[in-house]
Amino acid sequence: MSGPTPPLPRWADLFLLPIINLMAALFVCGLIVLAIGENPIEALGVMLKGAFVYSGGLGYTLYYTTNFVFTGLAVATAFHAMLFNIGGEGQAYIGGLGAALAAFAIGAAPGIIALPLAVAGAAIAGACWGVIPGYLQAKRGSHIVITTIMFNFIAASIMVWLLAGPMLEQGQQSPQSPPLPEGSYLPKIHEMLNAVGIQTTATPLNASFLLALMALMVFWVLIWRTRLGYNIRAVGHNPQAAHYAGINVPRTIIIAMAIAGGFAGLLATNEILGISHRVILNYTAGYGFTGIAVALMGRNHPIGIFLASLLFGALYQGGAELDFEFQSITREMVLMIQGMIILFSGALAYMFNPPLARFIARVIPRREVSHG
Amino acid sequence: MADFLYQLLLTFDATLRIAAPLMLCAMAGIFAERSGVIDISLEGKLLTGAFAAAAVAALTGSPWLGLGCAILASVFMSLVHGFACITHKGNQVISGVAINILASGLTVVIGIALFRRGGQTPTLGRDERFKPIEWFGVETMDAVPVLGTIYRQLISGHNVLVYLALLAVPLTAFIIYRTRFGLRMRAVGEVPEAVDSAGVSVTWLRYRSLMIGGVFCGIAGAYLSVAQGGNFVREMSAGKGYIALAAVIFGNWKPLTALMACLMFGFLEAATSRLQGVDLPLIGEVPTQLMLALPYVLTVLLLAGFIGRPTPPAAIGQPYHK
Repeated sequence: MSGPTPPLPRWADLFLLPIINLMAALFVCGLIVLAIGENPIEALGVMLKGAFVYSGGLGYTLYYTTNFVFTGLAVATAFHAMLFNIGGEGQAYIGGLGAALAAFAIGAAPGIIALPLAVAGAAIAGACWGVIPGYLQAKRGSHIVITTIMFNFIAASIMVWLLAGPMLEQGQQSPQSPPLPEGSYLPKIHEMLNAVGIQTTATPLNASFLLALMALMVFWVLIWRTRLGYNIRAVGHNPQAAHYAGINVPRTIIIAMAIAGGFAGLLATNEILGISHRVILNYTAGYGFTGIAVALMGRNHPIGIFLASLLFGALYQGGAELDFEFQSITREMVLMIQGMIILFSGALAYMFNPPLARFIARVIPRREVSHG
Repeated sequence: MADFLYQLLLTFDATLRIAAPLMLCAMAGIFAERSGVIDISLEGKLLTGAFAAAAVAALTGSPWLGLGCAILASVFMSLVHGFACITHKGNQVISGVAINILASGLTVVIGIALFRRGGQTPTLGRDERFKPIEWFGVETMDAVPVLGTIYRQLISGHNVLVYLALLAVPLTAFIIYRTRFGLRMRAVGEVPEAVDSAGVSVTWLRYRSLMIGGVFCGIAGAYLSVAQGGNFVREMSAGKGYIALAAVIFGNWKPLTALMACLMFGFLEAATSRLQGVDLPLIGEVPTQLMLALPYVLTVLLLAGFIGRPTPPAAIGQPYHK
């Protein structure tokens, strides 16, 4: 080791390093698959086929992608203000409550009225669940990480209570709400394609995917093209400097958490308005936590978040295929891969930075910089 | 009245059984956090320990070997945490999240590979678990009216890990307040620069603190799967690691007050399960699901400064740059 580490070129930092981290995570997972006596290359092949090749595979992959875009944005928005939002799971759960309450309140209205209100209900409820930890962090000095963890559990308790009690469907044993009024259902993509004459396999993919794409664009505009986004980033980089520049730091934190919660709440548009049409116990199924991996891998940028969501969508859909093809590996493998990705792309994000920088500096000699 | 007191005694007994793993994990959390490392990975270490203990006990028939492997597995997770956030100065929260998710996935993946039971381990026989220990003189003490019952129900009749959990608290207090290591460990969580300039390695101190925490979490995991329960079930830690973390905060990062918090949370849960379906005067039927959220609600209120002010270690969450 000689001298200080040379800086990593921008292209390497943005593309090469994330790919190396991903490869390292997959490599360790591959070793574990080997250790339990299966062929990791074969497993990867099965997953890829399941995610993209089989009929309907792509539809399912994009359906999962939709969830991860929303929860990834929830984590990324907060990250830009240097807030670690672990509460995506709870915010999405309460978002489902908001969507359902809005849909029931409107009742039998046509879709053109019911749908936007149900979507807004999801976002607003999620935002409310995000804004409380935001407020407590900004005004009362609570640690956002701990508060959002606690809020996940509080949300889960409230929902168990509601779904097993006041909201339980008559004559139902499993905790779930009655079906929502039909006006609040989002159309499926294959139905929309059939309507214009393109025949495709029926999949759960629905219009919320388009909403997710819109959310990505809104996120980009918000963070990099508005005054609020500038404030959020300024607070994230240096709260003191932001304060002296006249930015209201507590207010920015609270708004950032509201937006983050709102994105998480939109998960309900896919799972509830798009597919199940009712609130089901634990319908968030850990998607909120996957959002952390998505935001870390996607470097809090919309394109990165979309690609990371697609990766996780493929992992989830391909993981389901593992159950059929192998005896000893199942979809839980995906959870392990997810953990590894958070470890390598998040906690160990810069482990490969110095060696890579030294390697690049040796291979690509830097142009002489003339002094004076 | 006598019946009520007996019910109360049984509730205290249940409190102890629920609080035992919380106490061990809380002590683990105190070691990690007093040395300046945020440890939300208590949950993952607990789960890892539970799996390792049940799997090894099922394979070898020995709960003690299970306990040993639970400790090893949990310490390994601590080392991963340390490698990421001490050696590589990574974000401690992200590392903790990674370990928790990794534990959820790994325990099921390895469990299926080993046992083919959908992630569960085989049910352990009586001799493969930690059994309740009947204390000396329970029979004779029965003659004594009140004390006899208390002795039989509350003090005697727990398994060895419960007593170990109770011992962990004074042990933790002794280590952090009465030993040189403890003094340095507390210092490293407050002003690591001072410890460093005294020529003591910040890295090694933090690693040791995390490893001690790993030992405690491993014991707690073994408690879940080979003492309280008789096998490993996926996600069986069920948020206990987070409740322990809440107890650390509630206890203001001090062992004895954290013990109180664990007992309080344990009592809340024990009382809740006793009150299930019971109609109380004025209140009506107790919404037990909501009662279970009380530890979390109380922690949020505490952190927000509505009930006292917690004072976390000053250097918590910051990687040390030499």
